[in-house]
Amino acid sequence: MRFFLRKTMETESSVTGGYRRRFTGFLRKCMFSVLSMGPVPNHIAFIMDGNRRYAKKRNLQLGEGHRAGFASLMWILGYCYELGVKYVTIYAFSIDNFKRRPNEVQVLMDLMLEKIDELLKEESLVRQYGIQLYFIGNLKLLSDNVREAVERAMEITAKNNKLVLLICVPYTSTDEILHAVEESCQDKLDHSQAVKQTNGSTDHCNQTSQEDHEHDIKVVDIEKRMYMAAAPDLDILIRSSGETRLSNFLLYQSDKCQLYSPAALWPELGLWHFVWAVLSYQRSYSYFEKKRKQL
Amino acid sequence: MPRHVAVIMDGSARWARRRGLPASSGHEAGVRSLKELVELCGKWGIRILTVFAFSSENWSRPKAEVEFLMGLFERVIEFELQNFSREGVRISTIGDSSRLPKSLQKLLNKAECSTKDNSRLHLVVAVSYSGKSDIAQACKSIAHRVRDGLIQLEDIDEELIEEELATSCCEFPCPDLLIRTSGELRLSNFLLWQLAYAELFFSEALWPDFGKAEFVEALRSFQQRLRRYGSRES
Repeated sequence: MRFFLRKTMETESSVTGGYRRRFTGFLRKCMFSVLSMGPVPNHIAFIMDGNRRYAKKRNLQLGEGHRAGFASLMWILGYCYELGVKYVTIYAFSIDNFKRRPNEVQVLMDLMLEKIDELLKEESLVRQYGIQLYFIGNLKLLSDNVREAVERAMEITAKNNKLVLLICVPYTSTDEILHAVEESCQDKLDHSQAVKQTNGSTDHCNQTSQEDHEHDIKVVDIEKRMYMAAAPDLDILIRSSGETRLSNFLLYQSDKCQLYSPAALWPELGLWHFVWAVLSYQRSYSYFEKKRKQL
Repeated sequence: MPRHVAVIMDGSARWARRRGLPASSGHEAGVRSLKELVELCGKWGIRILTVFAFSSENWSRPKAEVEFLMGLFERVIEFELQNFSREGVRISTIGDSSRLPKSLQKLLNKAECSTKDNSRLHLVVAVSYSGKSDIAQACKSIAHRVRDGLIQLEDIDEELIEEELATSCCEFPCPDLLIRTSGELRLSNFLLWQLAYAELFFSEALWPDFGKAEFVEALRSFQQRLRRYGSRES
């Protein structure tokens, strides 16, 4: 009898659960329709902080907090897609995180491999929504198997065009800028070599100073070489878990964006935090548009 | 206590508007807040205070307001120069000074020279400053040195870039704490590289209303935070 009642209750709760989910989904769609009457952010970035604290709070294993964080990411990605956000950037792994204990770093790398595999399956959000995966950072620091998986994922999803998910791993902003300067300098050195070889040695002195002036390194040269050149300006930067700092993430790109730091740990971040962030952005957007028109 | 505090002094114009006063009154009230903050920093052992006085974007404000602000900077620095020496305040400016009136440029040079040996508090004033331009000029400078054969490509590292930034005049170029007043939640192109690990504190108070109590609140918040720099606490 008790078993029958439990089964009935489970059946009812899965039925009512199903109705509840459909109703919540309907409410969410209505809310997003209202939100999209105002300016919709084109590019949102997330610092997904708090997975380990979440695991500790619930007495879970180390990796379970990160798994819960991944599930949260899928929800947030879904909201971004539904609202019409075109670019989402996430801080998956900082170069500074290599300072953590080796077993935790290994857990994270293994989880990344597992999740890349999942994301590329037919039934995943990436396939359903047509999401392009873009891995941003100093990929040379990754182990061979992770780097191969990353490159494969980028290749497979290269033609998707509904939403771009930029996954920063391993990344810091200062490393990104350093890399951009090195690459720009290398470009100019290569170009100067080519010019000198083409022009020969006789007019070398006069031409060198003229060529140097015309091909002086400009800001656009450096910006072109940033890993994040693949994405447009950042509109909102959200950091979960209540910490208010950038931790060396998107420093160059966050000059004008809206910042938001809800207290919720990353696996606890939900629809209302997302809606609040967008509303806050829209309020600020109107203020700055008004100011701009006054000038 | 943080060694280096940076402040985006926002809200002076709004403060004046709410009182039916011209923007100039708001900026003058803002100067009083800054004086109080300089005094508190000196008293409490904060070594460097960097303030965002005028951004490169601010040049597009109404001409009258810009002219007033340039005049205000001159009057305040001229007036406070003797106080700086008495109180051991060293003043430096960062930003594109070529756009400033010649008289202000001259005064700022004089102020920097006459206070360079003061060591109680280093007051860094960002005028006509852009964080992006700061990074860009540092990168360009390094690129030129590579082009001219003064350094090799392999010599470029993050430390070298940091040494080329405008804040290299400071003993600790990177702020520990950034405070922005007026409730706006953005960096507005201020010290982007240097804020990599800074704790950010957003105060609802408009800048002329930011006083000792608000500063204490910001410092308390800073002291309660756990700074991990990417690793884990043991």
